Amino acid sequence: MSLAVLPAAPDARLRLGLRAGLGLFILLLAVMPLLNLLPVSHPLHVSDFLVSITGKWICYAILALSLDLAWGYAGILSLGHGAFFALGGYAMGMHLMRLIGPRGSYGHPILPDFMVFLGYQELPWYWLGFDSFPFAMLMVLLVPGTLALVVGWLSFRSRITGVYLSILTQAMTFALMLAFFRNDMGFGGNNGFTDFKELLGQPLNTTAMRSGLFYASLLALVLSFLLCLRITRSKYGRVLTAIRDAESRVRFLGYDTTRHKLFAFVLSAMLAGVAGALYVPQVGIINPGEFSPANSIEAVIWVAVGGRGTLVGAVLGAFTVNGLKTWLTSAAPDLWLFVLGGLFVLVTLFLPKGLIGLAKGRTK
Amino acid sequence: MSGGRRLYLDGVSVVFDGFRALNNLSLIVEPGELRSVIGPNGAGKTTMMDVITGKTRPTQGTVNFGEIDLTRMDEAGIANLGIGRKFQKPTMFDALTVFENMELALKAPRGPIACLRWKLTGGARAQIEQTLEEIGLQERAQDLAGILSHGQRQWLEIGMLLMQDPELLLVDEPVAGMTDAETEQTAALLVRIAGRRSVVVVEHDLEFVRALGRRVTVLCDGSVLSEGSIDHVQNDPRVIEVYLGR
Amino acid sequence: MKHPLLAFLLLVALALPARAQDALTAALEGLGTGFNQTAEAVDRLGASGDPRALPLLRALTEGRLLRRADGTLLIRGEAGVIEALAGAPAEAAEASPVRLNNRVRVALRGALGRLQLLSPDAAERQAAADAVFRSRSADNVAVLETALGRETVPAIRDRLLLALAASRLMASDLADKMAGIAALGASASPEARAVLLEMRGANPGLAAQIDEAVAAVDRRLAIRRAAETVFQGLSLGSVLLLAALGLAVTFGVMGVINMAHGEFVMLGAYTTFIVQEALRTIPALQPWSLPLAVPIAFLVTAACGAALERGLIRHLYGRPLETLLMTFGVGMMIQQAVRLAFGAQNREIISPAWMQGTLMLPGGVAVTQNRLWILVFSLVVLGLTVAAIRLTRFGLEMRAVTQKRAIAASMGIRTGRVDALTFAFGSGIAGIAGVALSQIDNVSPNLGTGYIIDSFLVVVFGGVGSLAGTLVGAFGLGTINKILEPWAGAVLAKVFVLVAVMLFIQRKPRGLFAQKGRAADA
Repeated sequence: MSLAVLPAAPDARLRLGLRAGLGLFILLLAVMPLLNLLPVSHPLHVSDFLVSITGKWICYAILALSLDLAWGYAGILSLGHGAFFALGGYAMGMHLMRLIGPRGSYGHPILPDFMVFLGYQELPWYWLGFDSFPFAMLMVLLVPGTLALVVGWLSFRSRITGVYLSILTQAMTFALMLAFFRNDMGFGGNNGFTDFKELLGQPLNTTAMRSGLFYASLLALVLSFLLCLRITRSKYGRVLTAIRDAESRVRFLGYDTTRHKLFAFVLSAMLAGVAGALYVPQVGIINPGEFSPANSIEAVIWVAVGGRGTLVGAVLGAFTVNGLKTWLTSAAPDLWLFVLGGLFVLVTLFLPKGLIGLAKGRTK
Repeated sequence: MSGGRRLYLDGVSVVFDGFRALNNLSLIVEPGELRSVIGPNGAGKTTMMDVITGKTRPTQGTVNFGEIDLTRMDEAGIANLGIGRKFQKPTMFDALTVFENMELALKAPRGPIACLRWKLTGGARAQIEQTLEEIGLQERAQDLAGILSHGQRQWLEIGMLLMQDPELLLVDEPVAGMTDAETEQTAALLVRIAGRRSVVVVEHDLEFVRALGRRVTVLCDGSVLSEGSIDHVQNDPRVIEVYLGR
Repeated sequence: MKHPLLAFLLLVALALPARAQDALTAALEGLGTGFNQTAEAVDRLGASGDPRALPLLRALTEGRLLRRADGTLLIRGEAGVIEALAGAPAEAAEASPVRLNNRVRVALRGALGRLQLLSPDAAERQAAADAVFRSRSADNVAVLETALGRETVPAIRDRLLLALAASRLMASDLADKMAGIAALGASASPEARAVLLEMRGANPGLAAQIDEAVAAVDRRLAIRRAAETVFQGLSLGSVLLLAALGLAVTFGVMGVINMAHGEFVMLGAYTTFIVQEALRTIPALQPWSLPLAVPIAFLVTAACGAALERGLIRHLYGRPLETLLMTFGVGMMIQQAVRLAFGAQNREIISPAWMQGTLMLPGGVAVTQNRLWILVFSLVVLGLTVAAIRLTRFGLEMRAVTQKRAIAASMGIRTGRVDALTFAFGSGIAGIAGVALSQIDNVSPNLGTGYIIDSFLVVVFGGVGSLAGTLVGAFGLGTINKILEPWAGAVLAKVFVLVAVMLFIQRKPRGLFAQKGRAADA
């Protein structure tokens, strides 16, 4: 390890504390499905609801990490990361739809219900191969990655940065939402995909499968965290930080910033795709609403609340804001949008470094 | 530097919205030469730097480095050819330490994967530490660049320029905000560098230019007004008119 | 248009009483004695061109025409039974309904069509002209010529001419046919085209003339369609212009990214709703609620804008990404507040009479009045905006502050005040846009959401900081969108435009009307 310290956390004690906290938190998450197996009367019993919603939040945390890599480190404020998440989800959804086979309501051996309903005679070409799990997983990475590559290359090459890039990515997810709402796109239109039956030969609605998906998501979160840690602590991470703060100066040092940003953006999109792919079998549905620009911008606020530019902050923010959302939307549904809107104002005006920044301020 | 390439500008014009920032400018800097460029505000000094480093595309004219046409390359490509630049307003990465700033500037493969796999070897560390010593910042290596004083930032940027190991250095007002002693040091450093590399210094401070003691080019209204030794240009009536007459 | 017709009818009623009565009575001969006799009588009535035969024929169609054994014809109406022509009350005993078969029904349709051509009611004449055009028979030529001689309404005249041409085409006389083809070829009606194509098979000798006529119709149809597309494009462009104009000031001129811009538009629309409801108690002012809402909406949203700028945005100057997120949150809260106050459902805004209806331009181009008004309105708002920036002291200070803040401040301009006013100005324009959009869009809390991305694309496409660019950008994107729509459908057209703008920004990152020079790099 080099002696060069990471500037993001000058206070080593705080960083140690955060690491330990995160480790403890992951451990806590890991025992949740086990506690779920305890009898309902047991004081340590964790409800099905809590386990399933935590599984969702873990996916959101991966999305937050991916967004933090792009925004917090490389300065690319993407307002379209929800699109990468949704595309990963759709790729997984296509696999799950293919696995339904003849068990659909129409009993067609190959075509999913909505295609029978819409009068499709055969599977569209872009659905071929999705019956294979490895292929579908490849697409979970490649589809979001390719979109990020194209959009990123076009934008970074012409030096579209800052708010222009933000609006462009928002337009991207908006356009995709409109397109996916169309029935003739071959992605189930308005209703998207649902009624999944099985994955990897196991029925989806068993406790074992739910725990399996939970642990898969948790593993993905840990691996994503380590990957992001590896990236941000390398010289490449410092190049990204440098690009975030003074891109043109980096160029004059001889770095092709387009390539560097593109690499980070594509990687980030792929991570978001993984998050979406893990999310879909857990919630059992994917529809074009996932492309809604509001979803993407909500993910931005997770990162902002937690503290952008710190990986722990992204994870912390995803869990905090979503926990708050779950609690408020049932306790005071009218209030939630005020609180969410208020969070945007609060964080940008008073907490630019998020909760982590608040903690840092305390330890000083 | 083996052989070295010469910088060759011929008939370069840059037009912004009808305003001619450069007007048929021609300039040749030989390998290993130290050249001072002076001129009043708006003479086109910084625009000239921008054209050489790829920030601004000339409206017309030739910009070559050796055999290579610089007008076809972007900033990063030109930097990788061996043309380094120090900005008028020192710019670095405030969220990184002095050492990390130097490390980023250090000549090494620039691709994302290469950066990801980069390991700081003993040789590279020694090189960075040696340069830090040369610019007097070895004590501040682990401090964030953002907390340096203006003079220290000037030095850090010169240090970063050296780390790039360029063949041609473009130095924009290196001594602004420096003490007299530092100014002298800087002059000595630039003279030392020249010979191994070509150096183009843009400066307002005529004393500093005199201290460098080499060939001087005077720019005015986007083209070369006079060229020669410092004494020659100071006695050139056109230069006197531009600098003193108004 | 009513008066000459009334006068004419009066003249007919006065001048031709007795003879017409006789002719009509004679025409009734045989009606009700047998199907063939009835059909012939109906034909005679149709040919008579006398509008007084209409009630009788209608009664026959509806089975309300009775025939007494003595041959007297009676009509059963809501008020009782009357004598068919004289109108005197009568006894319905021993009368039986006149029966119909298919032949009679065909005759009835033709006769009714011809007689209705002369009806005093314009809508009835229009419908009759269409019916006669569709039934197409050489027999109609005479009655159509009569009707044309009397008709004064241009739109109905056009229909009659078409019907006449189509009927002539059915005639056996070659000259008549040629005249019919020429007349149909001079029209711009898809139906005329269909008639021509249909007759092509029956008249192989005239194929060349018919083809030529079809080609002529096609040309005219293409021009009309192009004109309609252009209007739709301009209309969409005017909507985009209105939505983007405020943004062109706050983002384009000031460089402040305001994601709550769409919500200001929405607030403008709700202000229109409130003004309308408030004026319900004053009937005299009701038709003017829309013009009244314009200044009120401007003031309301301008005040909101000033409060947003002074209270929040100014703390984030120089941090555009944070401003973007913060204003997005503000927009979210405004939306939720409106949802709680007014409910999530759409609110109805009543269009004033002068904005309703459709205007027919020459060549059959249909233009809806409200869209036309919005088009005019958007240009007026643009003109006022340009005037405010170019001609007023405030505009001068605004330009000074946005170009060289420090120098403006040193000259005694209170830059904070100018910032607040500029932002209020841009927000106020958004409110005005909301008034106009309330006429064509659903007034609901998420009215604004749909406009923010489009507005940004317009401003960026046109060139940030250039109002001329915003104008060209709005109308350009609107027209491109409408040109693509018939090919790709509304949604894909929108997607294409998004992609096209992205690609365009590749080539010209600073938009159509780029601000050139060093200032643009700052």
